[in-house]
Amino acid sequence: MRMNLDIAQETGASARPLAYAVLNSNVSDDQRAYFRAVTQTIPKNIWVDHLKRIQTDQDQQAFAELFGYFAPRVKAFLMKSGAAPGMAEDCTQEVMATLWHKAHLFDPSRASVSTWIFTIARNKNIDALRKQRRPEPEELTWGPEAEPEASDIIVMQQESEQLSQAMQALPGQQRELIEKAYFGDLSHGQIAAETGLPLGTIKSRLRLALSKLRQTMK
Amino acid sequence: MNTMNKITHHLSDQLLIGYSAGSLPEAFNLVVATHLSMCDECRAAAQSFDSIGGALLHDQPTEDLADAALAKTMALIAKGPKVAAAAPAGNDVPDPLSAYIGGGLSDVKWRPIGLGVRQAVLKTSRAATARLLYIPAGAAVPDHGHRGTELTLVLQGAFRDETARFAAGDVEVADEDLQHKPVAEIGHDCICLAATNAPLRFSAWIPRVAQSLFGL
Repeated sequence: MRMNLDIAQETGASARPLAYAVLNSNVSDDQRAYFRAVTQTIPKNIWVDHLKRIQTDQDQQAFAELFGYFAPRVKAFLMKSGAAPGMAEDCTQEVMATLWHKAHLFDPSRASVSTWIFTIARNKNIDALRKQRRPEPEELTWGPEAEPEASDIIVMQQESEQLSQAMQALPGQQRELIEKAYFGDLSHGQIAAETGLPLGTIKSRLRLALSKLRQTMK
Repeated sequence: MNTMNKITHHLSDQLLIGYSAGSLPEAFNLVVATHLSMCDECRAAAQSFDSIGGALLHDQPTEDLADAALAKTMALIAKGPKVAAAAPAGNDVPDPLSAYIGGGLSDVKWRPIGLGVRQAVLKTSRAATARLLYIPAGAAVPDHGHRGTELTLVLQGAFRDETARFAAGDVEVADEDLQHKPVAEIGHDCICLAATNAPLRFSAWIPRVAQSLFGL
């Protein structure tokens, strides 16, 4: 779905009270189910705004909404990757706490919120389940002065959305193979280079975003 | 750390997908993370593979959390971030490698492995081994083949083998079919970060003895 950030923010605003209510333990199962149905239809890039609110204002309500939406996905990812439910629950809470603490490192011109959360969850998985350290490349961050341009943020969020749609359009078998590679225990040797990932132009966009960032770092 | 040098030998998509999916052994991850710190081309590719993971995370059935999950998470947040022990600065190597060395190249504890070549094994999980190699200018790493995959990332200087020339930032991905003898170029000593998921196979008996003595 193509849309600009203003529209997305409006959508976010209308969903807010409902999202908050579901986190209150007094809500019924029906309400929870309704909440889930509604949130499935919310376009993804509103979460960029949520993360910004956490980053700049330590906004707990924004965090609660983000938690309501992403924590059940993170838990599902961890369970598919082999974590027992109890461990997946604990790790999910740690992943979401890390999201809060690292919110200042999120760069919406280089990743969608889903992608960024995926990387945190994956690293938690390696750390907690496989008991390994996870070497990460040097952080590249916009200094205190510079910021990514709004147009670059929109383009990256749209790219991510298109990628997501292309993934959903894949034949079942192919998608299953990719899921296995990312969630399961398919060793890297078993991942054929030609799994036919529908990457489109996202790599060249990322390359461009990196070179812009490098220019400000000089 | 972004090398001025034009990088011509990159990581394969297969390795980058493995890094993104989290299925590589730690030693390989270390080589990948170090290369990504030097190569924006591969960094962009790795991030594009991360976005596949993001799409999969987003579009999947969910698992309910316990009612108290948010409250517990807020309590975790209140405790403050886990402070990772700050890695000693080693400004001649990228950060991920510096964390494993515990500093820069001057802090490496080298051990001779014969023919002037020195190595230092870095502590990683056992599924694969990471080591730093110091090859004096003009010297050769003994002729060897591979049972598994060997990644060799050049940090300083350059080497040549039967396939090509590899300079700072370049990474050679050698698999089972490659029998090679890397030689450091004249003029500069060559320092590499290498990872293997199986012992190397040397052609001559002297390196084989050295291998059993030094765990090469």
